[in-house]
Amino acid sequence: MKIVVAIKQVPARDSQLRIAPAGKWIEEADLTHEINEPDAYALEEGLQLKEKHGGEVVVLCAGPAAAAQTIREALAKGADRAIHIETAEAADFDPLATARLLAAGLKTEAPDLILTGLQSDDLGYGQTGVILAELLALPHATIIMQVEKQDGLIRVKRELEDGWFQHVEMPLPALLTIQSGINKLRYATLMGIKKAKTKEVKRLTPVELGVAGGTAAVVLQRVYAPERTKRTQLFEGNPKEAAAQLIEKLKFEARVL
Amino acid sequence: MSVLAVLENNGQVWHRMSWETLAAAQQIARELNTTASAAVVRTGGRAFADELGRKQLEKAYLVDHAALENYTPDGYTLALRQLIAQVKPSLVLFPHTYQVRDFLPKLATALGRVAVTDVIAHRVENGQLILVRQLFQGKVNADVRFATDAPNFASLQAGAYRADQVADGSASVEAFAPTISASEIRTRPLDLFREAQRAVDLSAAELIVSVGRGIKEADQIPLVQKLAAALGAELAASRPICDAGWLPMERQVGSSGQTVAPKMYMAVGISGAIQHLVGMKGSRIVVAINKDPNAPIFEVADYGIVGDLFQVVPELIAAVEKSK
Repeated sequence: MKIVVAIKQVPARDSQLRIAPAGKWIEEADLTHEINEPDAYALEEGLQLKEKHGGEVVVLCAGPAAAAQTIREALAKGADRAIHIETAEAADFDPLATARLLAAGLKTEAPDLILTGLQSDDLGYGQTGVILAELLALPHATIIMQVEKQDGLIRVKRELEDGWFQHVEMPLPALLTIQSGINKLRYATLMGIKKAKTKEVKRLTPVELGVAGGTAAVVLQRVYAPERTKRTQLFEGNPKEAAAQLIEKLKFEARVL
Repeated sequence: MSVLAVLENNGQVWHRMSWETLAAAQQIARELNTTASAAVVRTGGRAFADELGRKQLEKAYLVDHAALENYTPDGYTLALRQLIAQVKPSLVLFPHTYQVRDFLPKLATALGRVAVTDVIAHRVENGQLILVRQLFQGKVNADVRFATDAPNFASLQAGAYRADQVADGSASVEAFAPTISASEIRTRPLDLFREAQRAVDLSAAELIVSVGRGIKEADQIPLVQKLAAALGAELAASRPICDAGWLPMERQVGSSGQTVAPKMYMAVGISGAIQHLVGMKGSRIVVAINKDPNAPIFEVADYGIVGDLFQVVPELIAAVEKSK
């Protein structure tokens, strides 16, 4: 089974974000980056499916040159090769534009299964996978917690709201967006890290792929820190005093203890 | 130019977010000096459409076809494309449910559009609609607008609009029968199920102490457990803790877990991504313990301690014991 896993590099989760002076995006320069968490689970699912059914895992990533680090880490975990569509900007604000890049990067690949995380931790549109499926005319399912390959089809467990699930079957090729927690993530081994250095990374540009310079369908006008809707009484400084003050307030002001 | 709200109904009940979306559609239509209509996809769902017919709308559409009995992204996309071609709305609004997340990007792409998903607010500036959505798990807000012609698409976050603001009135109810052939539906939806019975009913708890990613290791969970015990509170967790298997899934609070509304909800090491907030923001008093003063959890917190939970929690346990 040929499995493509689309991954994205995003600012690390515990990053202190600062708005850039123009108010159009955040300051990216001083941030560390990592793989988008749901994409890490998609990668792990791809690797496990390959271990069970054979085939190869190809990592697909649209992002700036710096995303090469995240791609290397995916190869170190066991992906066989990678396609890096190198973009000038760190952030593409339009999930359709990103999906078009990914679709163009897959033109010569014909995978049986495409996996990606259900949403990105930065933009959080939660759309790229579904859009990619539509562009490639593939059936899809989202928020997947289990993948089972059967004869010529896959059976998946979709997460619904309030603790409900549903099984869905579909023919291959297909696209799935993977939910965090579907599996246990592996660490790269020393051997894996060593091997990754010799694995193929095909670098392509939007110009080469003929998908450069489209106009965005949605315009990001301004980014800003959210306004507080509630006035929070904050206790800072010495943990012992802060703790005592908080318990006092909960007891005598809020009267919840 | 008009607004169309596409609402969700499982054949038995409305999705609770449907009324929030309907209220938003009425409000946005008023501000844009246009009319709102609503649609529901539900095989044989005349009674539900009639219910929409008692709201202040121009029209209520019942999208009805045997192939739509069970939800599929192919079926819903085919049906709604045809409805949109007939109704010609300028803006189509959806509740940001799991089902909408599954088909809306496909529908928008099929029409060459990008849906603005998970919207928390809007405003109209010089006749132009500006939508507000969150980036970076709620740490940053963004104003976005459509650069494309009608129809445009947006989905609305749970709780962003108030269901009790829906205006009653009357609307003509119209059945819409799309053309769908069975071969166009590629996925086969099977059984709906819940995992093992929930042993823990967090929704009945008066006090909840909930632990998140900030706890770092499974070995540290007992620290928060001890705090919960001291307070006489139920222990809960955010999704990553349950994903990692550090606490059972039945203790998860959030959109995929339980929705709770205790007297007090104490979030320890939880940053407050929206998927978590929707599960607990009905709590009477919210307390946040977090080392990041910009964590979104503080936006909904009544009381907070900015600090290292490994220092703060033992002091809280001591303070509770002392106050007994």
